[in-house]
Formats: sequence, structure tokens, C-alpha cells
Amino acid sequence: MTVRLSIVGLMKRFGGVVASDNVTLDFAPGSLTAVIGPNGAGKTTFFNLISGKLKPDAGQILLDGVDIAGRSQSEIVRRGIGRAFQVASIFPRFTVEEALTAAVLTHRQQTSSMLRRFPLPLALARAREIMALAGLERVASTPSRFLSHGDQKLLDIALALALEPKVLLLDEPTAGMGPEERWQMIERVQTLWREVGMTLVFIEHDMDIVFKIAQTIRVLRYGKVLAEGTPDEIRSNADVIEAYLGTSLEASA
Amino acid sequence: MTARMENIIGILLAVVITAATLAFGGKALLDVLMRLAIFGLLALSLNILVGYTGLVSFGHAMFFGLGSYTFGLLMQSGAVSIPVAALLTLVAALVWGGVVGMFCIRLDDIYFSFLTLAFQMLLYSIIVGFVSLTGGDQGLMGGIPRPPFLGIDLTDPKQLFVVTMAVFVTCVLVIRQIVQSPFGFALRMIRDNAERARFLGLPVQRYKLIAFVLSGLFGSISGILMSLYVSGAYPNFAFWSTSGDVIFMIILGGITVFLGPLVGAAVFLLLNDNITRMTEHHGIVMGVVLLAVVLGLRKGFLDLLDDWWRARAGAVR
Repeated sequence: MTVRLSIVGLMKRFGGVVASDNVTLDFAPGSLTAVIGPNGAGKTTFFNLISGKLKPDAGQILLDGVDIAGRSQSEIVRRGIGRAFQVASIFPRFTVEEALTAAVLTHRQQTSSMLRRFPLPLALARAREIMALAGLERVASTPSRFLSHGDQKLLDIALALALEPKVLLLDEPTAGMGPEERWQMIERVQTLWREVGMTLVFIEHDMDIVFKIAQTIRVLRYGKVLAEGTPDEIRSNADVIEAYLGTSLEASA
Repeated sequence: MTARMENIIGILLAVVITAATLAFGGKALLDVLMRLAIFGLLALSLNILVGYTGLVSFGHAMFFGLGSYTFGLLMQSGAVSIPVAALLTLVAALVWGGVVGMFCIRLDDIYFSFLTLAFQMLLYSIIVGFVSLTGGDQGLMGGIPRPPFLGIDLTDPKQLFVVTMAVFVTCVLVIRQIVQSPFGFALRMIRDNAERARFLGLPVQRYKLIAFVLSGLFGSISGILMSLYVSGAYPNFAFWSTSGDVIFMIILGGITVFLGPLVGAAVFLLLNDNITRMTEHHGIVMGVVLLAVVLGLRKGFLDLLDDWWRARAGAVR
């Protein structure tokens, strides 16, 4: 199996708490993976370590074979790991189109120009492509702060797409949404994954969504990898049922 | 509107106003417009930081003071012509802005503001303390020599007026170009969400420093014009109250519309002049106006007009 992202023995301690305890996981190119686990299992820490927001105490993070553990956030972004946030992190006073154009300009390192006028036509064209992909054309000229909660999260993901990532990390893309909005969102994410062909890893609490769309599932608990496998394997995994999901798994599946 | 259109309109307006003032206006109007140009430029230069980068400097007057003193001292030395002195002053502002900026931009929010204030008071102390060079709290005495250059004689009030207006409109158009460029939008990204900008790969610290230096350069040009206008330089140019006045101007006029600070400067100067004529307690009146704007309107005049305009047009942007 070829591997895009390979995590080897990743360790992170906060005082006495071990938030990442010898985590070893592989992600294949173009795969769609869900990371699940109870609150405090270390899911967001796992993302923070990969994306460079936190520096690991030990272990390797290999992106196409190159160890990026402990590098700066901007370098990790440049090497191809994009990320959207649990709480949408956007530019409130930018319109959707302006924000995406600015993100594309940043990615192409064209923001230093003082002699030309924003937006540069090529960047604008690319921004419109991304808007089409993310289904944000209908709100192109709306200031980001006036967007609905769901559209703000979509914009957050679209901003990450502007960086043309090889690996995209989504931290609870459906957090804070109603049931119907959730399914719209997750279908949009699935479409994006198919069309862009990147490696997508997402954290999700809604088990219906996880078991419906993920190719593989990784279960974390107390910072450790408790189990990994296909949805069917996870569903029948005794450890997972007992330690994390209890009887509700059967109910929700 | 395209960049070219803006430039044409800006230059035309400046030419018409300048010509009309020379033809019909008296000396009083000349003075009012020169002060407006000087303080308008100072407020617009500060707004590069406040309105576009989200960095509230409490010490912007340091560049005003640095510009006027450096230029004044160079001219009093008799060694250089006006253009050379202006150029050397810009170099001094570049160095000062670069060094001070490197410290200040490491801090965020109120800590940034206080550090800029501290550096300004450092400069103020040097000016007041270094009596043999600067004349201390008396200011640069004896006038600033203005030898003719390129056929321009700045001892003639009318020529000084034309040059001031030309420098002013050039600087305004250059600042406008900067804030509408890709670089200007990178600054807005930092203002809106620095962490996200960093995560998109923007070198946030470097851009903050460049914004700080640019803001200082234009502030020092305003200082040069001031020292030519009053033929001197005084410690209060670099005092905190001057920084406060400029922030007041920006609040009055609004930070989200490009020309807001210029309108704010006009309102401020009008208020200040008229109130000072009527009462010696002008500080109280200005304070009440500031409170009314901040608590009542909650935004500057041009911001308000802009909101009203967009609501009327039904446009969101």
C-alpha cells in the first residue's frame, strides 16, 4: 500500500495528561478517513500536532516520506497539509469572493505587490473555481460575517482548498448544525473529496455520518489508538463497543 | 473605479482647489488648507495601521516629530538643499520605524499600543533633554532656512501652498494605491484574523513591520510639511497629545472608508479652531464631542454615510 501521510509513535504530554500516546497511523492517498473517540480522546490534539500548531514531544509525521514533525505552521501548509477549524476561522469583513481571492494570492505568494490592484484576474478566476466547488457562488459578494453558520464552515474549508492541499484535515465539519444541514454539509464534503482527489481526514461525533461515508475509521481513546478498520470492522469491534460506544452503537447503526 | 480614474479625479480636484484658493482665497484660507493637508496626511498615514492592519498605535506623533526635527536640523545646518534634506529625513524615518517597529509588532493589542507610546515618549524626552541640539522645550528657534531649489522658492507662501498641496495629493494617491493592492488586502487579512492569515502561509510579522514603516514614512512627510509651514519644530509635535489628536481625527471620520481620516481631520480642525476662539475650556467641549461620537454614533461620519448609502442601494458588500 502506498502511503501519503504516515504517523509514527507520536507523543504529546500536557503536564500529567498524555494527549497523544504513541499514536501510529497510515493514510493512503485519496482516502477518506474518520477519526472518532469520546471527548478528551485527543482528536483535536492529533490535528494540532499534524498541522504544526503544537510541537510533538516525540515521533514522526511523514508526508510523502518527509518528516514534517515540529516544522512551522506555514511550512507545513506549504508542503500540503490544509486544515479547517472546529469553529469556522474566517475573515469577517471580507466578502466570500475577496477572502478566497486573498487566500489564493497568499498561496501563490503574490501578496507583496503594491503596484497592482486587488484582485489579480488569475487569482480571481481560481477563487471562482473554488467557490463553484464548495457551492459558495450564491453568496460570493456577501461579507463573511453575514453568512449562515453552515456557509461560514464551508468558507473555512474553501479557504483551506485555496492552498491546494494533498491532505485536508476537517475538525468537526458539522459541529453546531441541525440534522438536515449536517447531511447537506457532509454530502458537500464527500463531493469535494471525490472531485479534488485529496486525502481527507475528518473528526466527527455523529455516528450515522461516520459509518455512512468513511472508508476507514480510526478510534482514539485517552490519546491512544484503540482500533482502526472499515466501518463494518469497527461496528463489530468488541473493544470499541465496550470502551467507547457502548450499546448506543447498535442503536445508531 | 479604476486606479487611473481615481488618480485623475484626485489630481483634478487638487488642482482646482489649489487654483481657486490662489485666485479667490485670502491668506486665512491658505492657512486652513495647508493645516488640513498636513493633519489629513498624518491621519491617513496612521490609518494604514489602525484601519487596514488593525494595529492601534498610540505613538504616531513620533514620526511627526522625527520628520519635522530631522528636516529642520538638516536645513539649519545649511549643508543640504530642501529635496536632499527631505530624502535624508525619509531615510531617518525608515531606520527609526524599522527599529522601533521590530519591537512593537511582536506585541498584540493594547501592549502594542503602549509600546508605541513608550517609544514616542522616549523620542520626546530626547528632544526636550538634548537642549544644545534641539533647543529643548523652546523648540527649534531661529526659523528654518528655505533656499530656492529647481526654481521653487518656499519662502513665498503661495509657492509653499502649491508644493504642500502637490505633496499631499501625491501621498494620498500613493497610500490609496497601497491599500487597494494585493499587499493592502494582506494587511486586511491580518486585521480580520491574523492566525488564519498565518495558517494560509502569510508572513504576518514581516507584513506588520512593513505596514508600520510605511505608516511612519508618510507620517514623517507630514512632519516635514509642518516644519516648513511653521518654519520651526516644537516638542509637542512628538508629544502624546498629538498622537491622541490624530486618533481622535480617525475616530471622528471613520476608519473603514479610505477618506474617513481626512474628513475627521477637517472636522477636528474646524471644531478646535472655533471652540478655542469661544472658550478656554476647549478640552471639555472636545471631550464631549468625542464621547458623543463614540457612544452615540459608534462609528465615524464617513462610516455612517457609507452604511446609509449601502442600505439605500440595497447592496451588500
